Amino acid sequence: MNHLPQAWGRPRNAILGAYNPSILQPSGPKAHTTSPIVTGTSVLAVKFKDGVVIAADNLASYGSLARFTDVKRLRTFNRRTVVGFGGDVSDMQYLDRLLLSLDIEENYGSSGHDLNALNLHTYLAKVMYKRRSDINPLWNQLLVAGLDGLDQPFLSSVDLLGTTFSSPTLATGFGAHLAQPLLRKVVDDEAKVGSVTREQATNAVRECMKVLFYRDARSLDKYSIAVITKDGVELKEDEELENQSWAFAEMIKGYGTQTV
Amino acid sequence: MLNANSPLASGPSYSFATPPNQTSTNIKQHSFNPYTDNGGSTLGITGDDFAILAGDTRSTSGYNINTRYAPKVFKIGEDDGTGESAHIVLSVVGFAADGNALKERLNAIVKMYRYQHGKPMSVKACAQRLSTILYGKRFFPYYVHAILGGLDEEGKGALYSYDPVGSYEREQCRAAGAAASLIMPFLDNQVNFKNQYIPGSGEGHALEARKATPLPRAEVEQLVRDAFTSAVERHIEVGDGLQMLVVTKNGIEEIYDPLKKD
Repeated sequence: MNHLPQAWGRPRNAILGAYNPSILQPSGPKAHTTSPIVTGTSVLAVKFKDGVVIAADNLASYGSLARFTDVKRLRTFNRRTVVGFGGDVSDMQYLDRLLLSLDIEENYGSSGHDLNALNLHTYLAKVMYKRRSDINPLWNQLLVAGLDGLDQPFLSSVDLLGTTFSSPTLATGFGAHLAQPLLRKVVDDEAKVGSVTREQATNAVRECMKVLFYRDARSLDKYSIAVITKDGVELKEDEELENQSWAFAEMIKGYGTQTV
Repeated sequence: MLNANSPLASGPSYSFATPPNQTSTNIKQHSFNPYTDNGGSTLGITGDDFAILAGDTRSTSGYNINTRYAPKVFKIGEDDGTGESAHIVLSVVGFAADGNALKERLNAIVKMYRYQHGKPMSVKACAQRLSTILYGKRFFPYYVHAILGGLDEEGKGALYSYDPVGSYEREQCRAAGAAASLIMPFLDNQVNFKNQYIPGSGEGHALEARKATPLPRAEVEQLVRDAFTSAVERHIEVGDGLQMLVVTKNGIEEIYDPLKKD
């Protein structure tokens, strides 16, 4: 080392020639996420008469490898809203940090208001749509569950394109194919939300998590489930599927090594 | 066995215009597509003193139904704060996220116009402004077919239809979206009386075409319902519910009718 800190860590010109700073210049197109890497699978949610139930399993997959088996994909916001994340886990962690800074910023205000689920959904929809418009998407589909400004159950979705929609039951990823039809049997219409009890909604969600574990190869039997009501969020992050029955598996023919 | 090049072997093919792209080599460049099609259809018809804009409420992605209630027809310029009621309606169909962004932009502009000029924006001015907004994103378009409705300076029903980059035209009626090709010919025949002739008025070229006249409101409403119930039968992306906004001199009336949910 010499007395020039600027020279520290750099190869001496005498040995390798002058340092070529042009390699530090970004050249060519900027790289963005074009596909997700570590991913989470389905998120499910159902509205009931005084709130919303939402669930997601605790797995983060690396392709077909079950890489991280203790990843929490439900995040509470404001003690009144829960966001469920499907898709890329690193983008989920980015959004988690973003929501943390939003929460801190909001709490410095003295307006006395705090963001409800509807406000948070609008915010996330704008973030996601902005990122897709920059062709630099956050590779997620989110479900936002909670209560709106009138303390009515609120459930809505945002995806990587900024597309938003709301429904009494929602499911992302594989769940959109497998769980959504089962959940719609419980509530198929906004008008019927008022007659669904908390037990009915929770049981339906737990049953669907089981069906997804039977059929979705990127799923896990350990999951998180949250119930959001006026009294706050009850979040359980270490649930395990109960009463599994693999009896149906014997009936399946036509896959794998079986020849008959 | 399936042909390796058939769409079935290479992934699901949907009812959209573009088939799964196949390259001669097996190298695939995976990239991000900022657009999607959320299906659905919209329709607008004008009469002498009213304009009707209608749309189904289904939102789809591929073969999935996202929700059975996602409105595609909106009031523009309504203000809860000042109690100012809207007198313009907009329908957007295509890519729902762009549709929403477009609606919110136009809504903000119409409100700002009201605050700055102290009078509501005319439908004609709003129509021109919408075209400018769409053309402003000429090289990254809002992927939507918009229809704008209201009453013109004379109190007559006005309807403007747009393409995604802002070309626009005032018309009597227009269908847009997934089932536009099913509904538009029906409208040509039933609203503009295309291919209808006056019986016994002559032979060959002497045969006189039936003149188009503005239809009464009840008749137009029924035409809208018929157009949609028929479209539901033949297009999988259309269904669930029919939302109609009727603009008259007394304001905007909203009508919701269920459609088949299959």
